[in-house]
Amino acid sequence: MQDFAFAFLNLEIVREAWPILWSGFLYTVALSLMTVPLGLLGGVALALLATSGPRAVRLAAAGWTDLFRAIPPLVLLVFLYAGLPFAGFDISAWGAVAIGFFLNTGAYYGEVLRAGIESVPRGQMEAARSTGLSRGQALAHVVLPQAVRNVLPDLISNTLEVVKLTSIASVVALPELLFQARQAQSVTYNATPIVAAAVAYFLLLWPLVRLVSRLENKAMAGR
Amino acid sequence: MSGFESFLFSFFNLKVMAAYLPLIAKGFGLTVVLALLIVVCGLALGLALAVVRSFGLRVLNWGIIFVVDLFRALPPLVIIVLLFFGLPAAGISISGFAATWLSLTLVLMAFAEEIYWAGITAVPKGQWEAARSTGLGFLQTLRLVVLPQALRITIPPLTNRTIAITKGTALGSVVGVAEILGAAQSGMSFSANPSPLTLGAIAYLILFIPVVALGRWVETRFAWKR
Repeated sequence: MQDFAFAFLNLEIVREAWPILWSGFLYTVALSLMTVPLGLLGGVALALLATSGPRAVRLAAAGWTDLFRAIPPLVLLVFLYAGLPFAGFDISAWGAVAIGFFLNTGAYYGEVLRAGIESVPRGQMEAARSTGLSRGQALAHVVLPQAVRNVLPDLISNTLEVVKLTSIASVVALPELLFQARQAQSVTYNATPIVAAAVAYFLLLWPLVRLVSRLENKAMAGR
Repeated sequence: MSGFESFLFSFFNLKVMAAYLPLIAKGFGLTVVLALLIVVCGLALGLALAVVRSFGLRVLNWGIIFVVDLFRALPPLVIIVLLFFGLPAAGISISGFAATWLSLTLVLMAFAEEIYWAGITAVPKGQWEAARSTGLGFLQTLRLVVLPQALRITIPPLTNRTIAITKGTALGSVVGVAEILGAAQSGMSFSANPSPLTLGAIAYLILFIPVVALGRWVETRFAWKR
C-alpha cells in the first residue's frame, strides 16, 4: 500500500513537478481555446455548404466531412508532421497540430451543425425571406439560432471531445499537459505526474461531462 | 525531378508501397481485431452497468456514475499512457495491445452505459407498471419489455460513439502496437519515404468510410419522426 502511494500518489513529486505540470495545463487550455473556435468556424462553413450550395458543392462538402471523420486524428497529425517534410513542406509541430485539429474538428462540428440546420423546417427560411430578409440575414437571424439550439447537446459534447483531443499533441512534442507529465515522469522515475495530469483533466472536464449528460438525458426523454 | 514528380516519389512511390503492403496489411488485421474486441467488450460492459444501475441501489449507483464520468472526462491517450507507463511502477507490466484494448474498452463502456441508461429512463413508467401487473418479475420486465424499446432508440447515438472510439485504436501506435499507424510509421522510417503512411491513410479510409456511411444510414433509418 505504501509502495503504491509512493509510486502513484507522491505529494513530494507533485510539488517538485508542479511548475512544469502547471505550464502544461495552461498550454492545454490555450490549445483548446484556439482549436474550438477554429473548428466551429470550419464547421459552420461546411454545414452551410452541405445544406445550401449547388448540388456539386453539397456533395463535395459531404464527402470532405466523411473523409475527415473517417481518418483518425492521430493519423492526420502524423501525416502532416512526419510526412509533409518529405515533400519540402517543413511545418512545425504547432502548424501540424493547428491544421490537423482544424480539419478533424471542423468535420465533426460540420456534421453536427448540418443536422441542426436540417432540423429547422423549410418554412422558417421561406417566411424569413418573405419578410424581406436577404438569404444571409435569414440564415444568421432565423435559421442558425434555431439550428444551434436544436443540437446544443451535441455541440457541447463535441467541444468536450475537442479538449480531450488536444492530448494527442503530445505525440508531436507540443508541451501540453500529457507531454509535460511524461517529461516529469521520466525525470522523477515516478508515475505520480501522470496521475496528477489525469486528475487535472478530470477536474477540468467533469463539469462539462455532467452538463452533457443532463442535456442528453433530457433530449432522449423528450422523444 | 519536377515538383509533381517528387511529390509522387514521396507519397505515391509504388515500389515502396509494394514493399510495405504486407506490413500494412498485417497492421490492418490487427486494427480490425483490436476494434472488434473493444466494441464487443465495451458494449457488453456498458449494458451490464446500465442494468445494474436500474436496480436503484443508491451507493452502488454513485459508484457507477463516478466511473462513467471519469472515463468520459479522461482523454483515451492519458488512460493508455497511465496503464502502459504507469502500471510498471506497481510491478504490473501489460503489453501495448492490452493497454490500448483496456483503455478504449473502458471509455466505450462509460459512453455506452450513459446512452443505454438514457434509453432505459426514456421508456415511460407505465410500461414498467403494466408489465409488472401482468405478473412479470423485475428482470423479466427489463429484458422483455423495457430493454427492447430502450435499445432501439439508443442505436443511432451508440453507433456514432462506437465508431469514434474505435478510431482511437490508432493511439496504440504510441505504445508500440503495430496496428495500421504503427506499421505505417515503421515502414516510413525503414524506407525513409512517407509512402507507407499514404498506404496507412488509405487503409483507414477503406476501413472507416463504409462504417461512417453506415452510421449515417443508421441515423436516418432509426430516426424518430419529430
